[in-house]
Amino acid sequence: MADAASNRPPLALHVPEPKSRPGDPVDFTEINVPEAGAQARPDEATKPDEMKDLAYDLVRVLGDDNKAHGPWDPKLDPETLRTMLGHMAMVRAFDERMFRGQRQGKTSFYMKCTGEEATSVASSMALASDDMVFPSYRQQGILIARGYPLIEMINQIYSNAGDKLKGRQLPIMYSSREHSFFSISGNLATQTPQAVGWAMASAIKGDSRIAATWVGEGSTAEGDFHSACTFASVYNAPVILNVINNQWAISSFSGFAGAERTTFAARALGYGIAGLRVDGNDALACFAAQQWAANRARANQGPTLIEYFTYRAEGHSTSDDPSGYRSAQEREEWPLGDPVMRLKNHLIAIGEWDEERQQAMDLACAEEVKKTTKEAEKNGILGHGLHHPFHTMFEDVFEELPWHLQEQAEQATREREIKWPDKHPKDTAGKGAGQ
Amino acid sequence: MSAQADTQVSSEATAERRINMIEAINEALDTMLARDPDVIVMGEDVGYFGGVFRCTAGLQEKHGKTRVFDTPISECGIIGVAVGMGAYGLRPVPEIQFADYIYPGIDQLISEAARLRYRSATEYIAPMTVRSPFGGGIFGGQTHSQSPESMFTHVSGLKTVIPATPYDAKGLLISAIEDNDPVIFFEPKRIYNGPFTGFYDKPVEPWKKHDASVVPEGYYKIPLGKARQVQEGEALTVLAYGTMVHVAEAVAKEKGVDADILDLRTLVPLDIEAIEASVKKTGRCLIVHEATRTSGFDAELSALVTERCFYHLEAPVERVTGFDTPYPHSLEWAYFPGPVRIGEAMDKILKD
Repeated sequence: MADAASNRPPLALHVPEPKSRPGDPVDFTEINVPEAGAQARPDEATKPDEMKDLAYDLVRVLGDDNKAHGPWDPKLDPETLRTMLGHMAMVRAFDERMFRGQRQGKTSFYMKCTGEEATSVASSMALASDDMVFPSYRQQGILIARGYPLIEMINQIYSNAGDKLKGRQLPIMYSSREHSFFSISGNLATQTPQAVGWAMASAIKGDSRIAATWVGEGSTAEGDFHSACTFASVYNAPVILNVINNQWAISSFSGFAGAERTTFAARALGYGIAGLRVDGNDALACFAAQQWAANRARANQGPTLIEYFTYRAEGHSTSDDPSGYRSAQEREEWPLGDPVMRLKNHLIAIGEWDEERQQAMDLACAEEVKKTTKEAEKNGILGHGLHHPFHTMFEDVFEELPWHLQEQAEQATREREIKWPDKHPKDTAGKGAGQ
Repeated sequence: MSAQADTQVSSEATAERRINMIEAINEALDTMLARDPDVIVMGEDVGYFGGVFRCTAGLQEKHGKTRVFDTPISECGIIGVAVGMGAYGLRPVPEIQFADYIYPGIDQLISEAARLRYRSATEYIAPMTVRSPFGGGIFGGQTHSQSPESMFTHVSGLKTVIPATPYDAKGLLISAIEDNDPVIFFEPKRIYNGPFTGFYDKPVEPWKKHDASVVPEGYYKIPLGKARQVQEGEALTVLAYGTMVHVAEAVAKEKGVDADILDLRTLVPLDIEAIEASVKKTGRCLIVHEATRTSGFDAELSALVTERCFYHLEAPVERVTGFDTPYPHSLEWAYFPGPVRIGEAMDKILKD
């Protein structure tokens, strides 16, 4: 054995390293940006292996001339395009204000989706409003596109007395059954098999609604994602698996999820799932891809995995400082531009928009967010007294309160009287008296 | 209290028939598939074949391929899709082929199913019942013998149910399926076919000779959270569940110990009233389970008894458990907390 070992060359472990770190120049020349409109659009019933080029290509509609090109152009009317732009502008205004609110101490945490607005707004607009979505944590654009009231979002972010999730969840982990929006977990990729299960249930019942899920490229490494792909494939589930490849998972670049070897859309092919790779900063391409996948799912032709190639322009969250691990030049030089600017320029190019209206819209968004924020603050901000009654901490663990939680609730009430004897009225455990 | 005293038997439940635990579980699933179109049974090998222990035999043929079906070998996927099905409005009953295989699905159970009602403030629930055979005594080695129940009792939002007889298995499983919270339903596979007493060298009696194999046809429920009084006694209390109920009963009988034996049936929520009443009566408490000892559910029971019954205790609480080793294949009967270990503990607790 020893002899054999000495004759063999030493093995070397490859540890991925991104092309640039803080202070380094950025080189994006290896990113292939094909001509808009150059990609074929197969029929929605096409077999996955007959369209596998699309898992390595990049579906693009909006060209450098700001016009829509090729077979993937969803040919949306100007009113729809303006609505789409309006939602994306609102997401951006909302993110700005909430980020600032966290810095002002109004809440513990926030996550922006700057640069990724199209991947949630435009794609969800291609679904029916009652199609079920299982998002990750950066899809606030879906809620805004579906008309979820901003005040509900802010109440949740502030964890205040108006938060319909009773202050239980980390900020931005929304839930709205009314908007067919699943409760966000925070554990990564767990939503992907859940979306498949929902889609299977819909198919079992002969329903017509489909499911869609969103997951970051980094969390496609989780076993849950692979379980989701397997189940989606095995049962031909009417589900869309949206992978947001924004290049960064906190400080780990996409290479740690396998991006040095292949595309994320190509993951689909091994499962026999249709795979599409899309310019995630091109709102029309995002819409068109989701629409294609929705048509396919609705016609019982099976699941689709869509990779949205995009860039996380800001930090992972308010707890993150990306200047510690990546070059600030990346955002400046990102070859696919900014999704809001591109859609705006398209509307201007087709004569349906202008800078004045854009400025007025941005101002109106900012004003609405500001006004709603003030309204939400009447329900309190995190850590400043206005929260749900103590007893709600023990509710909904089970449908009914078992004896051991009842005992613990009584203890919490006793502790409160000792900790804050003057601030709160006496609360009888079980009755959930208000503040 | 007899086995039937605290149950809800519907008018359609009739006739004295004797069946084993596998048949009882099959009947519970069959009954619920017929009663509720939202009930779905799925798992590895449960469809056409009817399950490696036959618990789902005939169900696919009777209820159809979209109600009872095989799944990929992915416990994470099985539990994950069950969460999604529950969100849709179904009432999935996934089977995990062996409790030892449940760990790849544990994140979906702990972080998702168990917390969904709470985190969504009741917008979404996970009304699933995860069935899984558990426990040893079948020469299953370290990957087909484990008793991981304490891991699930430690999770807020999960209920843990373990039947010890065919009658209870059917009634408890129906309750679990109808429950709107996620339930872990561990089936003691050593007693699927007969009430094993721990005397491994004696022939096993079939269920047909045991009163609790008399199982009504049709629908009936046994409420979760209620213990079963196996036998009344004055000398000491025995707290047990699953296979160990029968082992403890046999040891007490052989030793002539006047034991008050409680079959807990449900670990969460626990029937604390029955436990307190019994221990306050006898002043002595023996806890028996097959699972490994350290941080086992026995520790929780021991702490609860000590906290609530301390001034009634005549002797320290005793625990009889499996050893803190993996379940050994060839030394299974050296590992198993059988008559010798239980007998010694009874002697010790009665001597004090």
